[in-house]
Amino acid sequence: MASGIKDKVAIIGMGCSKFGERWDAGSEALLAEAFDEALADAGIGREQIEAAWFGSCIDSVNVGNSAIPASTALRLDGIPFSRMENMCATGTETLRGAAYAVASGAVDFALAIGVEKLKDTGYGGLPPAYKGTFNDLWLPLGSAPAGFAQLAAGYRGKYGVSREDLKRGLAHVSWKSHQNGVDSPKAHLRKPVAMETILNAPMIAEPLGLYDCCGVSDGAAAAIVTTPEIARALGKKDLVTIKAIQLSISSGIESTTNLWDGSYVRNTRAAATRAYTEAGITKPREQLSLMEVHDCFSITELVTMEDLFISKDGEAVTDVLDGFYDRDGGGIPCQVDGGLKCFGHPIGASGLRMAYENYTQLLGRAGKRQLSNPSLGLSHNLGGVPYLGIAAISILGLA
Amino acid sequence: MSDYGITGFGAYVPRLRLARAAIANAHGWMAPSLKGLAKGERSFASWDEDSITMAVEAARDCLAKQKRDSISGLTLASTTFPYADLQNSVIAAGALGLSAQAGTSDIGGSQRAGVAGLVQALRRGEGDHLFVAADRLHAKPASTMEMTYGAGAAAFRLGSEGVVARLLGAGSVLAQFVDHFRSSDVSYDYFWEERWIRDEGYAKLIPQAVKHALADAGLAIAEIQTLVLASPLKGAAGTIGKTLGFTGEIADGLDSAVGYTGLAHPLLMLAGALQTAKPGDRILTIGFGQGAEALILEVTDAVAEYAPKRGLAAVIADKIVTSDYLRMLSFYRGVELEWGMRGEAAGKAALTTLYRESYQLSAFVAGKCKACGFVQFPQLAYCVNPECRSPSGQFIAHPLTDEPAKVLTYTADWLSYYPAPPLHVGFVQFDIGARLLMETVDIGPEGIDTGTPLRVVFRIKEPDKIRSFNRYFWKTTPISKGV
Repeated sequence: MASGIKDKVAIIGMGCSKFGERWDAGSEALLAEAFDEALADAGIGREQIEAAWFGSCIDSVNVGNSAIPASTALRLDGIPFSRMENMCATGTETLRGAAYAVASGAVDFALAIGVEKLKDTGYGGLPPAYKGTFNDLWLPLGSAPAGFAQLAAGYRGKYGVSREDLKRGLAHVSWKSHQNGVDSPKAHLRKPVAMETILNAPMIAEPLGLYDCCGVSDGAAAAIVTTPEIARALGKKDLVTIKAIQLSISSGIESTTNLWDGSYVRNTRAAATRAYTEAGITKPREQLSLMEVHDCFSITELVTMEDLFISKDGEAVTDVLDGFYDRDGGGIPCQVDGGLKCFGHPIGASGLRMAYENYTQLLGRAGKRQLSNPSLGLSHNLGGVPYLGIAAISILGLA
Repeated sequence: MSDYGITGFGAYVPRLRLARAAIANAHGWMAPSLKGLAKGERSFASWDEDSITMAVEAARDCLAKQKRDSISGLTLASTTFPYADLQNSVIAAGALGLSAQAGTSDIGGSQRAGVAGLVQALRRGEGDHLFVAADRLHAKPASTMEMTYGAGAAAFRLGSEGVVARLLGAGSVLAQFVDHFRSSDVSYDYFWEERWIRDEGYAKLIPQAVKHALADAGLAIAEIQTLVLASPLKGAAGTIGKTLGFTGEIADGLDSAVGYTGLAHPLLMLAGALQTAKPGDRILTIGFGQGAEALILEVTDAVAEYAPKRGLAAVIADKIVTSDYLRMLSFYRGVELEWGMRGEAAGKAALTTLYRESYQLSAFVAGKCKACGFVQFPQLAYCVNPECRSPSGQFIAHPLTDEPAKVLTYTADWLSYYPAPPLHVGFVQFDIGARLLMETVDIGPEGIDTGTPLRVVFRIKEPDKIRSFNRYFWKTTPISKGV
């Protein structure tokens, strides 16, 4: 029986670039911004890094294939450096690669770093994804919001929620994150947005309006990991360790059979179940201190609250409207840094950016948005689309 | 008299209709005379419909739930084939799931080719044959033709069993009479004066062809009950009927709701006439173009036993009327709109993949797992059922084209590039258990919701605008209430 990753790996340094429309910086500069901060935080030298994982998703507007552009940008010479791409789970995947390398004993220090340069497309939103020569012949074209908007129809159908009630719940999800973004200096969008503005925004993919969609930004984030023993030997006191990293990927059940009702994300449930087991969490609603979930669209965050077993099935709208996920709502603060909503979603970086917020909060370094005594932070990514996708969950905690 | 004849018939007219007043209004500043034609509606093909897709839909109407295994040939007639060198009928045969042994041919080159082709196929009398005619005519903006043209297709199954209309006789005449023409490399027809076409063309050439056909059948004009004469010229059928001494019923020219559908039009009218004909009725059908063709059919008792899936009247009644003239103009590429950078996507198809997967893509063939019964599309290496996972080698082919289906989830996507925004996309749940993400097209003002019943339609999935290659696939459309 495998024992899992819990407490076998410590994060000793993290970095996160300023996210936004970084007209001033290319992918290489963004990588350097995150890397410099992570190295300084870790207190080690570049030459001590023995293995690295580089996350980037969209070749056409980033640095192209392979890890060569990253190793060149960071001047990390001659070490094993792998490129990771697993859609929106890419950032978390780099952390998994680095963590497994350390946990296996293969290396003492490993780097996880990811970047995306979405603002080089020339338009808003993500570029249309290439689906492969076969799928392109039959799968409909559809934007990311169109994929996630399907959940709204499925959710309404299952629970009999009216369009209006669901829309109010969705609006609260976005409103709350924009409130949080105000105190988040590295976020892209830092202005509060009025509920009326959110409710009356132009439609992108029914029922998702403009403010139901996350920002589109450039950014990079990085983590340096080692063993808890080495971390302590380096003089680290408050140690953040990895409690769990789990992924779940579709095999076609949701999209090809009638075994799924369209109202939830099967992968999130599978990954969460395994992550809680790995981390030894039995009552997530009571035990988690904060969450950074994949709020690419408001409906995703809402459904995720049930898929992570925090809200009971069919009750997420009520919990959201009760403020359970607000920063000062007495429940589990969610998207304390503003989430994808305010940071945007530079895909290769997002998972690491979420881990960065959990790490920052756990170490008490979050400034105006600091929560009181957090001990466990969960981050969650959802790649692809809800019915044909990837869920990634990482849980960090104080050792 | 022959034992060989028409054993089935079907029709297709695009659901989209444009109020002619909208065309006249758009051009009122420079062509005010168009107002005189601004009555009723004309059909127009959506951006994803061409002569192949319309032909397939007409053939599906004709074949209804009949078995297709015995069909040994398919003839496709059109003057607006999407391909000059790539057999259009092969694509249609694939969509219809015809046998690989079926002979296929494309005919066209003239608006007479519809009736002429049907006459030839009836005279050949070879096996179980499918004859389909379709046209998606382009007309220059502000032309009379833009007001009168439409789009549509008609299909006939020919054979010796269950003949609903048999060939009594036919005749033709050729003439160096150029009423209109369209060179291979241009988009629009060039027409001569209508009065000359009517008086020197119709009035003199058609009677010659009819005379030959009547002689061939051994009949007099008084023994004909119905005249099918298609023309973009108003009142032409009545005038020629008089010239012929015909006193029976003149088939409706479908001007008010469809418009003139080119080569397909006489056959579309014939499909309508057959649906309401009584046993013993004799129908005279005329084709015109560089001469004339006349076909005389006699309706048999078996007509009472046959019904197309929907039939012409239902197809015409199933409509979405718009006043957006620019929508039609954009679909017919008469105007280039700004679609944004997302519209730059290339859409190149891998022809290798297209061929390799044609067994499941062409006729929308799902696989039914012999081990567990799950019906699934696409067919991959193993069964999708988590309790099964059997290799797909044992799957039984199960087409989804006629399976009942409903909306499971949906959205209206305004972000994706789509020539008829918004893109409606969502999960289609087939009653049989199969499920997949599909595009839903031709949604009327009533919209769609979870549970809306859908039917499957053959369409262009995506055009490759750089290389002018269409990839075809199946989409869904809401089943209209009451039609």
